[in-house]
Amino acid sequence: MSSNIAIELRNITKRFGSIIANNNVSLSVSKGEILSILGENGSGKTTLMNMISGIYYPDEGSILINGEEVVISSPKDAFKYKIGMIHQHFKLVDVFSATENIVLGNEDKSLANIKTAEAKVTEISSLYGFDIDPKKKVYNMSVSEKQTVEIIKVLYRGADILILDEPTAVLTPQETEKLFSVLRRMRDQGKSIIIITHKLHEVLSLSDKVAVLRKGEYVGTVETVGTNESELTEMMVGKKITLNIERSAVENPVKRLEVKHISCKNREGVQVLNDISFDAYGGEILGIAGIAGSGQRELLESIAGLQHLTEGEILYNNPKTNQQDNLRDKTPLQIRDLGVRLSFVPEDRLGMGLVGNMDIIDNMMLRSYSKGKSLFLERTGPKNLAAKIINDLQVVTPDATTPVRQLSGGNVQKVLVGREISSSPKVLMAAYPVRGLDINSSYLIYNLLNQQKENGTAVIFVGEDLDVLIELCDRILVIGSGSITGVVDARTTTKEEIGLLMTKSKAAGEGV
Amino acid sequence: MIVSFINAVIGYFTVLIYGSTGELLTEKSGNLNLGTPGIMCVGGSFSVLCGYFLRDMAAKGTIRLNAFTAIFLTLLATLIGSLLVTLIYAFLTISLKANQNVTGLAVTTFGTGLSNFIGAWVNSKAESGIMAFPEIADYYKVTLPFANKLGFFGDAFLASGFMTYLSLVIVFVLAFVIRKTRTGLNLRSVGENPATADSAGINVTKYRYLATCIGGMISGLGGLYFLMQYSDGGWNKNAILPFGWLSVAIVIFVVWKPVLGIIGSATFGALYALSNSITTIPPLTQQLFKLFPYIVTVLVLTISSMRKKRELQPPESLGLPYFREER
Repeated sequence: MSSNIAIELRNITKRFGSIIANNNVSLSVSKGEILSILGENGSGKTTLMNMISGIYYPDEGSILINGEEVVISSPKDAFKYKIGMIHQHFKLVDVFSATENIVLGNEDKSLANIKTAEAKVTEISSLYGFDIDPKKKVYNMSVSEKQTVEIIKVLYRGADILILDEPTAVLTPQETEKLFSVLRRMRDQGKSIIIITHKLHEVLSLSDKVAVLRKGEYVGTVETVGTNESELTEMMVGKKITLNIERSAVENPVKRLEVKHISCKNREGVQVLNDISFDAYGGEILGIAGIAGSGQRELLESIAGLQHLTEGEILYNNPKTNQQDNLRDKTPLQIRDLGVRLSFVPEDRLGMGLVGNMDIIDNMMLRSYSKGKSLFLERTGPKNLAAKIINDLQVVTPDATTPVRQLSGGNVQKVLVGREISSSPKVLMAAYPVRGLDINSSYLIYNLLNQQKENGTAVIFVGEDLDVLIELCDRILVIGSGSITGVVDARTTTKEEIGLLMTKSKAAGEGV
Repeated sequence: MIVSFINAVIGYFTVLIYGSTGELLTEKSGNLNLGTPGIMCVGGSFSVLCGYFLRDMAAKGTIRLNAFTAIFLTLLATLIGSLLVTLIYAFLTISLKANQNVTGLAVTTFGTGLSNFIGAWVNSKAESGIMAFPEIADYYKVTLPFANKLGFFGDAFLASGFMTYLSLVIVFVLAFVIRKTRTGLNLRSVGENPATADSAGINVTKYRYLATCIGGMISGLGGLYFLMQYSDGGWNKNAILPFGWLSVAIVIFVVWKPVLGIIGSATFGALYALSNSITTIPPLTQQLFKLFPYIVTVLVLTISSMRKKRELQPPESLGLPYFREER
């Protein structure tokens, strides 16, 4: 029986500093079996898989391949044990052909005989039912073709255990179905497959077993046959935690923003927003929940005028003129002047909105320099504003002339949010404003958002933590794969309800 | 007239093909080495330095000056000189991940200064203030044995020494390695997408160092050839520098294809020869001719950027340092 187990993890623990990314995780995959690893963002799925593929090394616990304990300390070791990982971000050379990418780095001493390699690629393709032209250049390929190249790459190296990190995130439903049939065929040929995902319907339709992680903790493994969506959701999101965020009642809501049927595509031509419609009211906090990368960023950027819309319009009820402006026709600068402010906290925080090497005062000026009339920079205003923000938001900094890069993450965020709030906006969009902040700073930001709401601002809050969304917001818009999967009242909803909506993509939603 | 023009073209061609082939190899690994003009100067100046010691030792009788010692030792000196300067660039940009443009320009400035110093030092040893080494340079000028029996063709096209033929060998070997071997595939992947190369188990640092250093040494030979051909092995202040910049331009002109480098270097060599050998034309027109190569480069860059054909683009990560993702 044990000889049938391809890979087994025993009590794996991994810490990054004081943060526990994986705590006591144990799971196993047999030959000819597909295991799904399910969990929200930040639940430690990718960290776990990176330990199997040799990118990280576990602090505690052991990994067994075919019943024998092994040490995987580099990707090379992983190849040795026939483990292949297909990353979410493809690692391919654009100007190379499929075959050239597949043979790259193979320690085969002969001259690169492309013809033989091409024949082998074709052989692998027909064995598992891939559809790929070995001579095609990567830059001419669709996302799904690139993924196919990645999969063949690990198969070419003889992998028996394949790990796929959110393989369907970038695929259309048809492409997903095709991928799944290939994966099933690989399973039938005796390969072990681990697939990381947060889409419940995919878990149910593809895998044999599901392992659930939550905030680094291993919740358990269940047989797919004996489970259902609501059980998995509950395992994934867990019980509700009370945070005691003060939430005032909504008073005199005014319809401020009407988003009507907007759609847009990203640079690769993939549909990222699909027919999104909603209204935002002044005096209300509208939460946006969704798995990371479901279109939250694009949605906010659309409103701020940074995205090109393929369809739809965004109407703004201008309180000054009592007229409706269509934001679609306006430049980002005009939109900002209307009072629509975007405070986006991207992964690297400094990437958007602040210039790291400039000090706080200069960063204030990024928003006001165009108003200056004199030949020289006018610093008094920004200086006062910087002082006010440092004082009001308790920004920890030696002084206002310290480069922003030297501040801690939380303080950078306070500067960013503080600047956007300072112009008393009519619409304030904040994306992940508390990401990486400690509890106290987070509450400070929540209070700021609440103040804005009480001032009659329409606040749009994109968050990750469902508990926060439920306690802070008035209404919550749930998006999945670029479409709205539901709008719920934050006062009556449950985590399970939102969790279910989040993991539902439109294709699956239609079936339910 | 025509014969001497063709001779001049081939002479300049040889300087440029070394310079540009070296730079091309470097750029294939993702390193934009703007230090190439400086490296060529230093490479050349080391051969002058070597020539000085050679003559000294030959006079004392410690070494016998013959074709082998003359050529081998000056070549070796050039390779060492250019390697040393290239290593400065490589260490700063690859190991310390410094900005490649800034570092390259600094290396060119440094190389120009260093080579002028070496040249001036050697010249200061001569009473006339100019030191030349015709006894060494003549070995470089030996033509193919049958060249002078072929009439016009031989006089015009086969009048150059072995360095010209060696350059062609280097170009074809390099083209073969880049296109047909696993090493070439790995090298290209490092220049295109070092992260991918790294994850495929290719040592990015090693490939960048090797390509940059070998590239620098090839470029340095251009400086050596120039001095041997045009100033009898003596130092010629600031004469090599323009060829260095033209070499960098040629790499763009030939869209990073080694064999096309032959056409590129010949074209640029011809344009340069036009401005230099036809002394009957007015100076203003001469300057105009000197401008041509750069205009052509701008045109090629414009056209290749407009066509957006991926094969005609520079290596994707050209000019970018590679940081391994660490989380």
